[in-house]
Amino acid sequence: MPAPLVSSEIVLAKPKEDAIVLEGTVLESLPNAMFKVELENGHELLAHISGKMRMHYIRILPGDRVQVELTPYDLKRGRITYRYK
Amino acid sequence: MRRTSDELAKMRRAGRVVAEMHEKIRAAIRPGVTTRELDKIGREVIERNGARSNFLNYGGGPGAPPFPAVICASPNDVIVHGIPDDTVLVEGDIISIDCGAIIEGYHGDAAFTAPVGPVTGDAARLLQVTEASLFAGIEAMVDGNRLSDIGHAVQTVAEAAGYGVVREYTGHAIGTAMHESPQVPNWGKPGKGPKLRPGNVFAIEPMVNVGSAETRVMADGWGVRTADGSLSAHFEHSIAVTDHGPEILTLP
Repeated sequence: MPAPLVSSEIVLAKPKEDAIVLEGTVLESLPNAMFKVELENGHELLAHISGKMRMHYIRILPGDRVQVELTPYDLKRGRITYRYK
Repeated sequence: MRRTSDELAKMRRAGRVVAEMHEKIRAAIRPGVTTRELDKIGREVIERNGARSNFLNYGGGPGAPPFPAVICASPNDVIVHGIPDDTVLVEGDIISIDCGAIIEGYHGDAAFTAPVGPVTGDAARLLQVTEASLFAGIEAMVDGNRLSDIGHAVQTVAEAAGYGVVREYTGHAIGTAMHESPQVPNWGKPGKGPKLRPGNVFAIEPMVNVGSAETRVMADGWGVRTADGSLSAHFEHSIAVTDHGPEILTLP
């Protein structure tokens, strides 16, 4: 039986070997391109915008749905790697 | 998720049950048979092998009851998830049969589309190309390739023939559940996603429409039709990546 397409599952870039990729919503924007993001499971964390997105001048605003890469070594920090339409 | 050799052995057994379901159902497909009768044949094979069905009572939620049968029977412009009923198949129809089985907690999932009696050349070509696209995807399931190489291969074959590749439904990892992460779309750019490694098992299932790839869900909440009414074919196997190439588990 086919699985229905879940777009958040399509990981666009290969994360670092041990990273956790999750989806969340941006709560607020902080100085230095940092953002408070709330994940689907309720956890809140501090994320910075990835270099690739900086390079392409992609803006992130509160309310945007984004893909976040987390390290298992610190679950309160992340890297925003994609902004969903 | 990399399966151990014991787990693969169980998945092979589940795959063989699915292959037997396919064999017996194929033999019964002829003008005059109903999809309900084909479902009954599927049930008999599952019971005789001491397996369980992973289709029966699957899913369900607002808008769709749990799936009421052990096979999906999807004729002509129905792409997938057709519920078996008293529809009589007639000569010239094509019918997609999708089914699965569970042996000791491990799943198999496979599908085929078959002609009912003689069919038009266009319909036969659709079946050939869709099956070829599945095998192109299987050939990409080599240790070291990336996940999206599979979907890219499928899409290349199907679109070269001028057909539409369905986007809303995908293949998937399979093991202790029918649908596991990650998904395997039947389209995409190559070189993306995780590397394939021995022990990975995926169900690859191209759904190919003669016309546009757009889909529409039917009133029963399950069946999915082509938006433009064109014919659609569906082929699927459950395949393990091994160090000596892809191994199709859903074969006799």
